Amino acid sequence: MLSGTSRKINSDPSAFRSLDWFTVVLYLLLVLAGVVSIYAASYDFDHASIFSFTEFSGKQLRWIGLSLVIGLVILLSDYRIYETYAYPLYVMMMVLLAVTAVIAPDIKGSHSWLKIGPVSLQPAEFAKCATALALAKLFNSYNFKLRSPSSYAKAIGLIILPILLIIAERETGSALAYMALFFVLYREGMSGMVLLAALAAVVIFVVSVKYVDPMIPGMSTGEFIVMILIMATSSLMAGLYARSLEVMRNVSILFIGAIGAMMLCNSLGLELPWLWIYIGLIGLAALYFAVMAIKDHLRKLLVCTIFAIGSVAFSLSVSVLFDHLAPHQQNRILVSLGIKADPRGAGYNVNQSMIAIGSGGLTGKGFLNGTQTKLKYVPEQHTDFIFCTIGEEQGFMGTSAVILIFLMLILRIITLAERQPSTFVRVYAYSVASILIFHLCINIGMVIGLCPVIGIPLPFFSYGGSSLWGFTILLFILLRLDSARKQFRN
Amino acid sequence: MRKDYNLEKRRYVIGGFIVVIALIYLVRLFTLQVADDKYKAFAENNAFLRKVQFPSRGLMYDRNGELVVYNQPAYDVMMIPKDIKGLDTLDFCHTLGITREQFDSRMADVKKSAGYSVYTPQRFMSHLTARDYGRLQEKLYRYPGFFTQKRILRQYNYLAAANVLGNIREVNQRDLDNDDDAYYRAGDYIGDLGVERSYEKYLRGDKGVEILMRDAYGRIQGRYEEGAFDVSPHSGRNLTLSLDIKLQQYAESLMVNKIGAVVAIEPKTGEILCMVSSPTYDPTLLVGRERGKNYLKLASADNIDHPLFDRALMGSYPPGSTFKPGQALILLQEGIIDLNTAYPCYHGYINGGLKVGCHGHGSPIPVKPALQTSCNAFFCWGFKNMIDRRSKYGSSAKAFEVWKNHLVQLGYGYRLGVDLPNESRGFLPNAKYYDKFYGEGRWSANTIVSVSIGQGEVLATPLQMANLCATIANRGHFITPHAVKAIQDTVMPAEYLQTHAPDIDSRWFHAVAEGMRMAVTGGTCRLANLPDIEVAGKTGTAQNPHGKDHSAFIGFAPYDDPQIAVAVYVENGGFGATFGVPIGSLVIEKYLNGSIRPERKYIEMNMLNASTKQFRVIRNKPKN
Repeated sequence: MLSGTSRKINSDPSAFRSLDWFTVVLYLLLVLAGVVSIYAASYDFDHASIFSFTEFSGKQLRWIGLSLVIGLVILLSDYRIYETYAYPLYVMMMVLLAVTAVIAPDIKGSHSWLKIGPVSLQPAEFAKCATALALAKLFNSYNFKLRSPSSYAKAIGLIILPILLIIAERETGSALAYMALFFVLYREGMSGMVLLAALAAVVIFVVSVKYVDPMIPGMSTGEFIVMILIMATSSLMAGLYARSLEVMRNVSILFIGAIGAMMLCNSLGLELPWLWIYIGLIGLAALYFAVMAIKDHLRKLLVCTIFAIGSVAFSLSVSVLFDHLAPHQQNRILVSLGIKADPRGAGYNVNQSMIAIGSGGLTGKGFLNGTQTKLKYVPEQHTDFIFCTIGEEQGFMGTSAVILIFLMLILRIITLAERQPSTFVRVYAYSVASILIFHLCINIGMVIGLCPVIGIPLPFFSYGGSSLWGFTILLFILLRLDSARKQFRN
Repeated sequence: MRKDYNLEKRRYVIGGFIVVIALIYLVRLFTLQVADDKYKAFAENNAFLRKVQFPSRGLMYDRNGELVVYNQPAYDVMMIPKDIKGLDTLDFCHTLGITREQFDSRMADVKKSAGYSVYTPQRFMSHLTARDYGRLQEKLYRYPGFFTQKRILRQYNYLAAANVLGNIREVNQRDLDNDDDAYYRAGDYIGDLGVERSYEKYLRGDKGVEILMRDAYGRIQGRYEEGAFDVSPHSGRNLTLSLDIKLQQYAESLMVNKIGAVVAIEPKTGEILCMVSSPTYDPTLLVGRERGKNYLKLASADNIDHPLFDRALMGSYPPGSTFKPGQALILLQEGIIDLNTAYPCYHGYINGGLKVGCHGHGSPIPVKPALQTSCNAFFCWGFKNMIDRRSKYGSSAKAFEVWKNHLVQLGYGYRLGVDLPNESRGFLPNAKYYDKFYGEGRWSANTIVSVSIGQGEVLATPLQMANLCATIANRGHFITPHAVKAIQDTVMPAEYLQTHAPDIDSRWFHAVAEGMRMAVTGGTCRLANLPDIEVAGKTGTAQNPHGKDHSAFIGFAPYDDPQIAVAVYVENGGFGATFGVPIGSLVIEKYLNGSIRPERKYIEMNMLNASTKQFRVIRNKPKN
């Protein structure tokens, strides 16, 4: 139907000329460093060749080869198919996720692997790409603005559906990765208050669970810190966000006075129910915000009211919330926060991975010289804990290099995103960046003992075809769309 | 599409977020990897199993090159508690042939033992039989955290000289605390008693270490760097004992059913030829798994034989008349008597209302016949004349100090410094002792005259008696007695080569030796008068509060070229001539001739069969 000429124009033969080679180089660096690390991680003393397909590294090399083919095919493809088929692809993937949840065999408690011939694939890894494309298409649809409740419902619905399906597959870690897409909503207009609230929730939770020892009678250290944080944040919000310096000043005086009074009473040995006094004061401040909001017509002060009341309510319910987690989840959280020392149980992986990384020193023990790696002290060494191998064998030089390369890649993708004339490509690019950020933070955070152990791979590094292909497709579609940015007419 | 520049700024929030996270992670990595060294140590603990290679303990030969003590390999079951994972306890117990209760109690014991740590190897069970070892080795892969360790057990070719050889035991907390070289770990062996204890540093050797790599499941993955950092163990040094193990065995057989000691010394060298403490015990009792139980039995207060008490060097006895040659030397040296000075003896020493009895012999007599007949009166007079000679010494106290110092030089009152542990110093009173007891200036020779005949306060070990005999045999000097003749690849400590000469003229020693020779040819020791060997000797009969008199003898031979000096002490044996002389002469004859003359076989027979235990008075200790 298309004429020869128009086909030539539309298929954009200059994909390679306008390709962002910088990103490609970073990608290749990460993938190659990954396969070398996998070789080191799975190396045993039989001196098998790096190319031997029976080894993890050999298989990974084969998958890298296929990834490059996939990348090439994507670069050669028509840039328009991604937007055109975004919804059908999304629907297909959701069906596949649902089918997988039902028919997949039980592998270590998870039902997320589909066996197709000799290879096992994890649809959840590919669904990321489909979800990102669908989200991009939604934002690019005519007159779509992230304002109305229905637009929020559509966007959040697109994100929540795969999360629910993947949780049904018992792959909570992978499901959490989709939460990263809320960054995209933020970039596209969702209030920063949502992210602030999420951050506050996490901080309040961690602090209250971690510091449970009583500081003064009737109040734990954690509760004290949480109260101080709520007071400081709400008065700062009044001043910087609602732009009412007067309110900020008054509230600050109130709070500082209360803390001073508590210290005075404490030194005098006077016991008062300080937790409830603080809660009362914060309530008073919230009321003051509300009154001033009406009086000065500052709607943003109402947000401060909501924040103050919400935070207090949340912090009070944390203990209840915590009790509602399953024991092994509680355990993982407590161990990762360093509250519980349990080097044989849930903390074993983290403890061993920290030993492996910590023993690397500045320059590492040298390629294939890592003892922790070779002797299989770190479980999942070649998959989720691959970062340990770099830490042990390449030392701080290696780990910081990897982090810096990832940082460059993510910042580069953000740059790419912002140079797009098309909302579709921008939203898609932010989706890629957000997913990478989430994986990077959680994966490295868990091996260095800063995050709970959530089993998600390190992008491009970890052993496994699904994860590598998933991230390759994600990145190369972005590269393909970016190379065609001049063809987008908005 | 319209660009929202306000929203575009949000890229800095997202970018800033990942930059901040990256910075936090970099700082964390820096502290983990560069600032904090503890992870390196953890990693080594994880990955390296330092398997100690125990050296072979030094062997012991006797003076004739007979192998006396050697090693036999034994296997201990070791465990590293933190590495024990998923142990099938019942299967494990079955393999080792123990019950579940034994397993539990053993585990509990290990946890209570000195130096327990979940990170270091702990001994679970010692000395597996070859059968159990084979069975365990086959299934060891199933029990992560357990491994076997080759150790040595001592083996004895002769069931003799247990008191000299000593034995080995596990180190205790005190050993670990006093271990300045940081050599021992909980569960190691250390020499206990005897030569094993005193020559521990030579015998133990240097431990080696094999560095093995171990995976997360506790499985050994080979040697680290092909063993480049391994240290091989160095065997302990072999010892040549000065003992003649055959003579030791013979002397022990003569002492069967008697309580006491026999010490024989080669006078020229100070080498101990035999050192018997009777009743003795089988050294193999203190080997292996039963050691603890047997040790308790031997050491028990209910065991009236007290076999672990080495009477030869820990027993302090009144020397009785064996003290008289020393007295003679002092009196001659001090000029109290000369060779012709004669003292009367009217069946004893009668002076100032005091009577010390004596037996029938001519009177008055000079020193040599006095030694020959063991005349109490002579030595009491001599002692009185010395102690009460104020013209020479100023006071009895001063005279007594001179007397005492001579005896110290002759090896009494202090430890000789033998190369064996737990030597007793005997007892020699000084003037202050009597001042305290009687009041200053309120005692004189007659008050304490019994010390002059080796009774009263004076106590000596059989080793000291033998050493005095060796000094006389040498006519005036001795070398500190020692039980080890040579250490492989090392020179002997200088103290066992050095000559000690008491401040007494050699001619007085010749005179005393002559008196002792006369005692054999025509005095108290006639039973020791061998036709082919010139023996010199002195009997002793010591009164004591434990029943019948103790029977003692010192003697040396041949008279002109002494090869052996011997001291025999038999508790409750009666006269010195009853047990001391026959046993002493048999030891001398056996050593010098290799056999007993047919006409003396009856003496040997008598001694082998005789018992003195019936004469012992055992006082029941008051019970609370």
